[in-house]
Amino acid sequence: MRYQLPAGIAAATAVAAFSIATVAGQGGGKTPWGHPDIQGLYNTAWLTPLERPAKVDAPSLTPQQAAAAEKAAADQRQRRALPSDPTRTAPPFGGDGSTGASGNVGGYNNFWIDNGEEYFSVNGERRASIVVDPPDGRIPPTTPEARKRQAARFAAPTADAAENIATVTRGAYDNPEVRPLAERCILGFGSVSGPPMHPVLYNNFKQIVQTPTHVMILVEMNHDARIIPFSKTHGPNTNRKWLGDSIAWWEGDTLVIETTNFTTKTRYRGATEDLKVTERFTRMDDKALLYRFTIDDPATWTRPWSGEFPFVMAKAGEQLHEYACHEGNHSFTGILKGERLLDGERAKGIKGSAR
Amino acid sequence: MLRAIGATALALGAAFAALFITERPVAGQAAQANTYKAPRLADGRPNLNGIWQALNTANYDLQAHVARPAMALRPGPVVPVPAREVLYLGAVGSVPGGMGVVDGDDIPYKPEALAKKKENQEKWLERDPEIKCYLPGVPRATYMAYPFQIFQSQSQVFIAYEYAGAVRNIFTKDPGPAPVDSWMGQSVGRWEGETFVVVATGFNDQSWFDRSGNFHSDKLKVTERYTATSPNHLLYEATIEDPETFTRPWKISMPLYRRIEPNAQLMDFKCVEFVEELMYGEWRKTPLPR
Repeated sequence: MRYQLPAGIAAATAVAAFSIATVAGQGGGKTPWGHPDIQGLYNTAWLTPLERPAKVDAPSLTPQQAAAAEKAAADQRQRRALPSDPTRTAPPFGGDGSTGASGNVGGYNNFWIDNGEEYFSVNGERRASIVVDPPDGRIPPTTPEARKRQAARFAAPTADAAENIATVTRGAYDNPEVRPLAERCILGFGSVSGPPMHPVLYNNFKQIVQTPTHVMILVEMNHDARIIPFSKTHGPNTNRKWLGDSIAWWEGDTLVIETTNFTTKTRYRGATEDLKVTERFTRMDDKALLYRFTIDDPATWTRPWSGEFPFVMAKAGEQLHEYACHEGNHSFTGILKGERLLDGERAKGIKGSAR
Repeated sequence: MLRAIGATALALGAAFAALFITERPVAGQAAQANTYKAPRLADGRPNLNGIWQALNTANYDLQAHVARPAMALRPGPVVPVPAREVLYLGAVGSVPGGMGVVDGDDIPYKPEALAKKKENQEKWLERDPEIKCYLPGVPRATYMAYPFQIFQSQSQVFIAYEYAGAVRNIFTKDPGPAPVDSWMGQSVGRWEGETFVVVATGFNDQSWFDRSGNFHSDKLKVTERYTATSPNHLLYEATIEDPETFTRPWKISMPLYRRIEPNAQLMDFKCVEFVEELMYGEWRKTPLPR
């Protein structure tokens, strides 16, 4: 979380952030063992969407478009930050019908949301999407095989559901294992831990530490340390991992990380366990890295595709806090228990209990 | 009844422990006698990078203890027997003995805290955060039966633990008091010659020190010392201070061993999914027998 701390605390934490920040501030520097030094604490929160919206017909926004979009986001933040109206009526029974947390009966309030304030720039262009290849900024079509897999997942609950599927499938609340990984506190949502690592609604910090033999990328949510050896060969595919099996090497001043040997559980945007993700970190300036990822899974997409966005050095006063998700996941009991109450109401034919 | 058996087992353990105390070398002396100089990182600091693991029974009980049938016992017709909940584990669920890792084998609890420790031990199945796959806290993360990896550069130190994917960033400059309490605390490191000293504070009061109910309050301060004693060994010392729980600081120490297998690595151990039946199974649509 990146929230406003009381002034006294902010002053204290500023020192902490600076001690890390000075590392990244050596932009273009080398580690004592000669690798480009990209260590530090980075923020990856951006307003820029993954795919270019249909109404945008260019890869970049004009300064006017970007300013308008950022102002709209700022206005929304300001509205959300206003005190609630104590005289408002209750939300409609069962929510207002919109998708997302709780059908808009009230999930997260503004305090928790931290999804960036800007559209990022690369080469002076205000990008309209994270996806840059294909050049239309849209993820390429999925294969017929992938569509068949996805349809099957909608038809019946499976273990480790994807976030967008879990709440609509019949039987989706019958067992804890069919709830989404993020709801169960096994991984953060929205592929925040990746790879590829995406900007999400909140908790967008990453910490990079380098040693002569490894690079470690800490993903704030859920305290997932990606431990990546400098190597040219992957481990055996008998050791499939939640975040895949990653290896790294340097191409000039660019850190390249290649990941494969995923499990069948994460299924990035419907991908198979044979997904291969290639990530590249290149220094943009003394305060930012450009993060580029390429997705290759012929069983899922008709062609490889790529996206990119900056990792920006954390500002003074910003600090990565422990995201102890499972330890505080009291709502998960409530989610299942609530559904059992509904089961009882359905059995009695009580109005509004039908799904 | 269970309480009585627990007390008996404890008393028995204490009696055996008393026999062992005089045999234990004092860790401080070991540290002073250490003349080993670790290989250096390019910045001149001792290089502690690597995968390390304790090889002892401290996570069962920091103090000296003899082997017993199970962590949870109930009265039997003749001698205590494993509790129903752990019965089917047989010898797999038994507790190996150990000489203890506490200097002097004494944990100086205040009287009311000692009572809570004993209660924790009796209610181990309900209360030990490890059973629910909660973050382990410090120093417990160090001596669980899982390896951990130190990442050390000229500017940063970071520790990743296999158990529950726990992590600690070790600040190299003191950021001041931790802004919020946490399971793994806030750690600040500094070098004292060959030794990396880490002061950890900002803990919540939820983590334990072992499976025997040893606990702390949110006033916990842990001062850890990591000293290389050979290419493949570290001496780990941790001084525990918590005036709300203990009458004086106390110290544990143990060797840590480098995992030297060519393919050594931290494996995935996201135990959250392993405890879902335990924590949420009763809320399945069709619960399994419990």
